Amino acid sequence: MSDPTAMTLAEARDALKAKKMSSRELTGAFVAAIAAGRGLNAFITETAETALAMADASDRRIAEGKAGALEGLPLAIKDLFCTKGTRTTAASKILGNFVPPYESTVTQNLWNAGAVMLGKTNLDEFAMGSSNETSAFGPVFNPWRSKGSNQNLVPGGSSGGSSSAVAADLCLAATGTDTGGSIRQPAAVTGTVGLKPTYGRCSRFGIVAFASSLDQAGPMTKTVRDAAIMLTSMASIDPKDSTSVETPVPDYESFLTQGVKGLKVGIPKEYRIDGIPADVVAMWDKAADWLKSQGAEIVEVSLPHTKYALPTYYIVAPAEASSNLARYDGVRFGHRAASPRDITDLYERSRGEGFGAEVQRRILIGTYVLSAGYYDAYYSRAQKLRTLIKRDFDQAFEKCDVLLTPSTPGPAFGVGAKTSDPLEMYLQDVFTVTVNLAGLPGISVPGGLTESGLPLGLQLIGKAFDEGTLLRAAQAVETAADFKAKPAKWWTA
Amino acid sequence: MSVDKDTVRRIAKLARLAVPEERLEPMAGELNGIFKWVEMLGEVKVDGVPALTSVVAQKLKWRKDEVTDGGNADALMTNAPGGEDHFFTVPKVVE
Repeated sequence: MSDPTAMTLAEARDALKAKKMSSRELTGAFVAAIAAGRGLNAFITETAETALAMADASDRRIAEGKAGALEGLPLAIKDLFCTKGTRTTAASKILGNFVPPYESTVTQNLWNAGAVMLGKTNLDEFAMGSSNETSAFGPVFNPWRSKGSNQNLVPGGSSGGSSSAVAADLCLAATGTDTGGSIRQPAAVTGTVGLKPTYGRCSRFGIVAFASSLDQAGPMTKTVRDAAIMLTSMASIDPKDSTSVETPVPDYESFLTQGVKGLKVGIPKEYRIDGIPADVVAMWDKAADWLKSQGAEIVEVSLPHTKYALPTYYIVAPAEASSNLARYDGVRFGHRAASPRDITDLYERSRGEGFGAEVQRRILIGTYVLSAGYYDAYYSRAQKLRTLIKRDFDQAFEKCDVLLTPSTPGPAFGVGAKTSDPLEMYLQDVFTVTVNLAGLPGISVPGGLTESGLPLGLQLIGKAFDEGTLLRAAQAVETAADFKAKPAKWWTA
Repeated sequence: MSVDKDTVRRIAKLARLAVPEERLEPMAGELNGIFKWVEMLGEVKVDGVPALTSVVAQKLKWRKDEVTDGGNADALMTNAPGGEDHFFTVPKVVE
């Protein structure tokens, strides 16, 4: 193979297994690609030395016949996962030079399977954003540009460093986290696959918390098969996370060959919202035909509370964030304001200096909706709405096995295009956020390109802990879409 | 319900967040935009609807009440912005 970085995770796994190349060679190619791709700003911390040492260890294990499921495969890790001995920032100034003395369960699972860490990817600060522009380490650029344009586009968010790195072949696959769409939306706008598992499938231990009842880790990959391979290693039952569910982890790859014959695919009519571009709707309709032609049955379903999902989210998520982020106080770790007058001044200034604008906004929203006199009107009501939203899905899934929707209301947009109005940015997650509120698994698969040459994603939503069926349907969409387009490598100039 | 400058100052105090005086007014505007949008939730009848407490039907797990971790004081102190021995230092809180 001429360029090993262009391989899928599955292809690289097979090449290493067949001893066609070593992990050292493969990892070296990615280390070089990352160095050449710094213009994308996809990584906050590169760990080339660690990567090469891990690759050598993998090559030894391969030679000894002790290879794990991901042996020698180089991955990028969203900088929200704590990695022992490697700086973890959450893309915030407030974490300063935080070096975790422990490892997140998800990354530990990956290393136990033999994977190699290339570095820590950029993200929106504390995963709050949909364009990777709230990062204290600067925006990430999307490898894709509109036809004939050299304007920089956002890679989506919050897992924008991961989506950019996967799309630009700077890693075989990456980890992401998804609280309102932060895996699926960036995957959609970069022509990659992003899977948010069921809440409780992947351990949250060691992941910097944003909104604990919504956060879930998942894979970001080049193909559906790669997502299945990654999830099989990432998922586990973890005593360190009390919400980790006691369901055995199957081999997700085994579902991919099962096809969609007889599968019932629901199309939620409330997702046909005003103002979404015609090519988004056209691709959605086309995807329904793809599934139908492979033997699936298409049924219309109703999710009547869909339009309330985003406002519900913008109460629940900031409320949980304001509580979770109370731990950043300038005392035990992270940024500390200089010469404080007293303890309150230390707290207030450390937090005021350390948190960026969007994080501050959300802390204030959360504090307000939880404060005396407003709790019932906002937080309590939102939690009831959440029950209704989940009930909608329960009822829809009596009529179908998976749902098919667009992933985003449009393709990637320009850097700076939506930063002045928070509401406009929040609308990026209109199709993804319902899934988090209901705790369900969802996946975004590339559907094709817009007229201007930008990727669009299709979202499939599954029943809780039915990632197997979700992956079957995703494989069918991927096969029919036959998405082979790659962005021109303008960043290696 | 409208958020004004004084409300922002009050919630910033509750959140222990130093918001500069000149940011209070613009922040009130931003928050109002968001709260106005959120008001649409008032349209929905929620009488008798239970608040969601968990998305998965699983009881929180119990474990044995025993020490399984700890003794990491040195490791925990490595990230402290101010510390002596195994103590975090803060400005004087008791006169």
